[in-house]
Amino acid sequence: MIRYIIRRLLGALLVVFVISIATFGIYFIAPKVTGSDPSYLYVGRHGSPAQVEAVRHAFGLDQPVIKQYWTYMTGIFKGRTFTDGVSTEYCGPPCLGYSFQYQDSVTALIKDRFPVTLSLSIGASIMWLVGGVAVGIISALKRGTLIDRASMVIALAGVSLPVYFTGLLLLSIFTYGPPALRWFPNAGQGYIPFTQDPWGWFTSLMLPWISLAFLFAALYARLTRASMLETMGEDYIRTARAKGLRSRTVVGKHALRAALTPIVTIFGLDLAGLLGGAILTEYTFSLQGLGKLSIDAIAKQDLPVIMGVVIVGALLLVVANIVVDVLYAVIDPRVRYS
Amino acid sequence: MTAIDTPAGNVLGPPATSFLAVRDLRVAFPTEDGLVRSVDGVSFALEKGKTLGIVGESGCGKSVTAQAILGLHKGTRAQISGEVWLNGTELVSADAEDVRQLRGNEMSMIFQDPLSALHPFFSIGSQIVEAYRIHHDASKKQSWVRAVEMLDRVGIPNASDRARDYPHQFSGGMRQRAMIAMALVNDPQLLIADEPTTALDVTVQAQIIDLMSDLQKEFGSAIIIITHDLGVVAEIADHVMVMYAGRGVEYSTADEVFYRPEHPYTWGLLSSVTRLDRVREDRLRPIPGTPPSLLNVPKGCAFNPRCTYRGTGGIPCTSERPELVATTPGHTVACHMPAEVRRAAFLGDIKPTL
Repeated sequence: MIRYIIRRLLGALLVVFVISIATFGIYFIAPKVTGSDPSYLYVGRHGSPAQVEAVRHAFGLDQPVIKQYWTYMTGIFKGRTFTDGVSTEYCGPPCLGYSFQYQDSVTALIKDRFPVTLSLSIGASIMWLVGGVAVGIISALKRGTLIDRASMVIALAGVSLPVYFTGLLLLSIFTYGPPALRWFPNAGQGYIPFTQDPWGWFTSLMLPWISLAFLFAALYARLTRASMLETMGEDYIRTARAKGLRSRTVVGKHALRAALTPIVTIFGLDLAGLLGGAILTEYTFSLQGLGKLSIDAIAKQDLPVIMGVVIVGALLLVVANIVVDVLYAVIDPRVRYS
Repeated sequence: MTAIDTPAGNVLGPPATSFLAVRDLRVAFPTEDGLVRSVDGVSFALEKGKTLGIVGESGCGKSVTAQAILGLHKGTRAQISGEVWLNGTELVSADAEDVRQLRGNEMSMIFQDPLSALHPFFSIGSQIVEAYRIHHDASKKQSWVRAVEMLDRVGIPNASDRARDYPHQFSGGMRQRAMIAMALVNDPQLLIADEPTTALDVTVQAQIIDLMSDLQKEFGSAIIIITHDLGVVAEIADHVMVMYAGRGVEYSTADEVFYRPEHPYTWGLLSSVTRLDRVREDRLRPIPGTPPSLLNVPKGCAFNPRCTYRGTGGIPCTSERPELVATTPGHTVACHMPAEVRRAAFLGDIKPTL
């Protein structure tokens, strides 16, 4: 088991390394192609060539690519100092570069935005996991009945409706709707840190959670239903019933455990994907999370921020993959021994 | 042992006083294409310490019969009628919860493929413990001891260590032994084995059959063994019921069925046993045709399209369904041919070729 985890970790490091090269390639090549040198962004369109050159030199952009990459990578572990000749900024490890746009280190920006995305993702994921799996199980057990059909229609709607539609609908009812229905008046007005006001945090995030969870819950309900139906037809379920186990043991222990394996996989990846930024939801509810940060960075060609967010997102996905693999081995003994 | 000589349609069969009495059992599954009558009026009786072999081709309703006895169709869309009496209790009309408490306890089942029939995520020991604890108020520790004891009893070497292993770490034969240990952990009085040796090597098959007869001698339970392998039946069964298209077509003691069979389908089954002592072209003699679809069972005798004796002497094979009728005491056959004609046909046409 330990060896298995170590092997997976080494593989993961390699993946992150490759992603860092790919992203850095984009970081380096993109300005050449679009003609928008990052140093112009710092100096401004009307800066003199000498100023631009000075900035380029200060940020090391005139160095060979390999050297730049090396500087960037060592910065992650050792920290870097940025200077434009006037002011000096120390960017401590893990330093992911410096944003010309925000005049701040990328690490600080991500640290600032991550709690927003984390709150959004964790809350929503709990909601969709519980809701989606429960609906999926009930649908599978009541296959063909009205309950099954109704929940699958709702699930289809959930999968089809984009989050900004559901989100705006919810906002227009529960935040800006009739006074009697204004249950969440503080939704859509930015993030309230949990440490500052737990109740405000909860109520302001409720609608984003619901919109995001609805989308995913629908997907999970369908997935759980299919997986449950398949498992319920397995021979070992018949054996469990032949032993005289109660239906709830057969379903809750024997069937669910086997049916959940594909869901664990998808859940890990979905959650990691969201932690890297839930762009549409964050935009709809004016939440300044990682998604919003990256979309703004793309709009403004703030390459260090893009690079930083991509690397963090990739890292999250790789970690999620390992967690999923380990969970898989915990759930399924056949994985453990092969 | 009671003969079955009741006309169908009459919900009478063997008396309910037998240890197990199945009377006119019918199981049908509604599907989009129509009603599939998997079991269509099956009756038989079985006493403790005896073994009944149910023989027939795939899809003849053998397994459905067994699962209906165990009440595994309760709560599904299957339509069940008839009666199943176990030790004086009728199970078809009984409450699902009452049948559940009997299941795995009074009556238990061994399935065909032990790899898919055991849960891949739980250790062998814990699966046996679970079977024990659902019917006994025992601690986990006591139950584990019991599980190990059972594994040891069915011949698994080093049982206390092996109990912690998972099904995929067992060989096919060992898995089936574990399955038997699980089925027997509550000392059931009725054991149904659904093709217990089909998925196993021939050498292992013999061991499993021996194991089952040994355990039967020890515990005195009644066994129903479902198979299409006549060799298995010959070795273990006291009585044999031959099933075709959801109905019993011949029922008697194993000796009668093997040495004096009267139904053309039974003859076909006996002839189709592979014989290595013959010339190559003659080693395997299959029954011509295929089993009928249970959605659309042939009119009259279900076997008539495949029967070489169809219509001989003007018998109504394609119009009237033959009922199981006693030919000699304890031997019933569902065939329109007069008994003397059948016996003559067997002695003249079939026996010399067996």
